[in-house]
Amino acid sequence: MAKKQQQPKLDANGERKQRSQAGEAWHRMKKDRGAMLGLVVVSIIILVALLANVLLDYDEDVIGMHTKERLQSPNAKHLLGTDEYGRDILFRILYGARYSLSVGLVAVAIALTIGVTLGAIAGYNGGAVEEVIMRFTDIFSSVPNMLMALVVVSALGQSMLNLMIAIGVTSVPQFVRITRATVLTVRNQEYVESARAIGLSTPKIIVSHILPNSLSPIIVQTTLRVASAIISASSLSFLGLGIPAPNPEWGSMLSGGRKFIRDYPYMTLYPGLAIMITVLSLNLLGDGLRDALDPKLKN
Amino acid sequence: MYRYVLKRLLLLIPVLLGVSMLVYCILDLAPGDAADILAPDDATLEEKEALREEMGLNRPVLIRYFEYMWNLLHGELGTSYLSPITVWDAFTQKAPNTLKLGLASVIFAVGLSLPLGIYAARHRGSWKDALSMILAILGLSMPNFWLGLLLMLLFALRLGWLPSGGADKGFLSLILPTFTIGTGMMATLTRTTRSSMLDVIRQDYLRTARAKGVNEEVVIKKHALKNALIPIITIIGTMLGGILGGATLTESVFSWPGVGRLIIDSLNGRDTPVVTGCIIMTTMFFSVVLLVVDLVYAFVDPRIKAQYSNKNKKKGGEKKDGEKAATA
Repeated sequence: MAKKQQQPKLDANGERKQRSQAGEAWHRMKKDRGAMLGLVVVSIIILVALLANVLLDYDEDVIGMHTKERLQSPNAKHLLGTDEYGRDILFRILYGARYSLSVGLVAVAIALTIGVTLGAIAGYNGGAVEEVIMRFTDIFSSVPNMLMALVVVSALGQSMLNLMIAIGVTSVPQFVRITRATVLTVRNQEYVESARAIGLSTPKIIVSHILPNSLSPIIVQTTLRVASAIISASSLSFLGLGIPAPNPEWGSMLSGGRKFIRDYPYMTLYPGLAIMITVLSLNLLGDGLRDALDPKLKN
Repeated sequence: MYRYVLKRLLLLIPVLLGVSMLVYCILDLAPGDAADILAPDDATLEEKEALREEMGLNRPVLIRYFEYMWNLLHGELGTSYLSPITVWDAFTQKAPNTLKLGLASVIFAVGLSLPLGIYAARHRGSWKDALSMILAILGLSMPNFWLGLLLMLLFALRLGWLPSGGADKGFLSLILPTFTIGTGMMATLTRTTRSSMLDVIRQDYLRTARAKGVNEEVVIKKHALKNALIPIITIIGTMLGGILGGATLTESVFSWPGVGRLIIDSLNGRDTPVVTGCIIMTTMFFSVVLLVVDLVYAFVDPRIKAQYSNKNKKKGGEKKDGEKAATA
């Protein structure tokens, strides 16, 4: 509480320093230790994902079998141990970041594109168009997410792209709702009216006036959805419906380690830890972004 | 109020028809069908085709769907492709197990989160608050099948205190799955309780109550919690509504004989009637629970109750309720 009461920083002329909206949000977020921790960890994971295929030889280090070294508990050579085919678990987890992050990001990108478009159209136009879009959203979201993803992925077949589609499509309703709601609040602002008055077309108004002013909740929702998409992806892989073996997806590593849980629990422990750290830092980042972008909501 | 309930129930019909059509048609996209699963391994193409003919699988999907829908409108969910059991029987065999597990998890989550959330709100900004919030965000970030496996490892395999799976040991079998599902629920609910309490704690009427010398326990329980209850009830309602469809992974980890596993098994067997039927029932359960939650608001909050009774006089109120339902 005491922090909030601080005097605003003044420049030489005694005037309050001007910051852009994003600068202001960044300034607030810098003070949030959780959010900064999240940001740092997420950056590291992204870096790992980008570098994994440069540093590791996929055929040799990631899926290559070394039967002599099978089922070794964590030791100096294999920091996190090896699995039943002698594959190094640390290497597989590092490489697995590529799968989890890309599924999370692409799935949310799919949801974002469809959801924001539909939500903006519904919110801006209103009337019958809105009614149709929202009823369809209701139908789609009344089936539990996980079940819907299960049905979609088992119909399309087991592959990385299908996993992205299944998770992406099931995340659409949230984006439709949130975009519609924010568009509704800015739709009747004066600047939108003036844009209409000077004769801008509807798509142009939506893209250049309405969406930029509805961004905050969408950004926050995106961060949090990437986190839950990563959990969904590993859940489906755990059930054997996600990324097929021998790819080192974290969920399928967990499902593989499950058979050995009694004697080699590290095979189950570490991939799960990787999922948790990734999701946790995305959640921390998302919470921090929400507080920074919309201080009204902060308690 | 009755008109409102009736309207919501009628609105459920198009949603359920939409859901059934969506699921039925998506499943039809899948390669292979139940005939492939049922036919013996050495069956010739002609034999499979004959089986398909016999099961009616060779007709166009729209015709099969309309037939399915026709039966659905008569309250018939159909029969499983793979066994002679009706979908209704298959569902009702498993549903009580899932409901039992779900209810236990909700009770577990509510029992822990309400005190924890209130505690965090009362000590806002202190390390106690920070610790509670760290616990909550950890619970939110943990994949629950992983938590389930770890719990199973510790309490079933290492310590041997609890069974590692199945539902045949009564209460003992329930503990680990309940803990697994409940932890995720607890995380969300603790965060909601805290922020909702914080909204209320700053209100003038709380200051007034304290200034009058009302004791702190009473201030929190009677003045604050009662007013903070609406968002908390919303979350509890969503959890209750989701219990039928939300336990899939935990059921699979603990071999719990519930609806989630039935759906996965049926998906693998391309048993479209069972999958569609179970999803329709799950959706219906979810929608009905949400409707009940909306009605509970009226009992908790007299302001909302007043809205219902005004509605017959004013047309405007109705639109507002419709919107609330859509966002719920």
